[in-house]
Amino acid sequence: MSIGLEHYLILSAVLFCIGLYGVLSKRNAVVILMCVEIMLNAVNIALVAFSRYVVPTLLTGQIFAIFVMVVAAAEAAVGIAIIIAIYRSRGTVDAEKFDLMKW
Amino acid sequence: MFDIVFWILAVVTVIAALAVVLLRDVFRVALCLVFLFLSVAGVYITLHADFLAVVQILVYVGAISVVIIVGIMLTREMWHGSSSGKLRIPALVVGLLLLGTLVFTAVTTQWYTSDMPPLEPTTAAIGIRLFGEGGFLLPVEVAAVLILVAMLGAIVLIREK
Repeated sequence: MSIGLEHYLILSAVLFCIGLYGVLSKRNAVVILMCVEIMLNAVNIALVAFSRYVVPTLLTGQIFAIFVMVVAAAEAAVGIAIIIAIYRSRGTVDAEKFDLMKW
Repeated sequence: MFDIVFWILAVVTVIAALAVVLLRDVFRVALCLVFLFLSVAGVYITLHADFLAVVQILVYVGAISVVIIVGIMLTREMWHGSSSGKLRIPALVVGLLLLGTLVFTAVTTQWYTSDMPPLEPTTAAIGIRLFGEGGFLLPVEVAAVLILVAMLGAIVLIREK
């Protein structure tokens, strides 16, 4: 059986769910940020796979993937800055100790 | 040949992602993340997205991973390791449920795929799509403003008072 759209979609789903598990379960805020990056990469694989197999000459999925990368870069910069600011004021990056805004 | 390359890349990608989630040393986690980004670039090449593969290496391997490693070094949490919190079991259940749903949907849906050969190389075509008539010129400008705002925001957040 040759490789088709489904294989790439399943690879993307596996990566997305691994990233989701990491985001929900990890305590270190930097590791949570890394898992968000895994999820964004998974979405990019799905977009590029759809672009390759559904509209091979229009490249719409690849253009969307470029915009996802732009937002991912902005998110990583601001996320790390927020984590470092919290580390300065509270002395930890443990997400379970960031409870000042907990009701 | 093409199939073998895809399977190798898929296995390497999934193993790297599992290592990111399961390893305890934060620095090794970051190195596995870099490896994951590289193998995703390989997946793009198997999808005939050559420009995107190069952008992936430049942006993710070159920039984002450096930002993340600097973040790890500035927050001295790496000696505590990357442990799981209270929500480990619910997170596992949610992840597996979502995985089952997504795989079921991907396998059972009848996708309308096209038999046309993919464009190659894609760089010029992406440039025309982005900047050409009826293209994505406004989103490109907005993306530039977004990057600028994110840069300024990061500087403001991280500045010493």
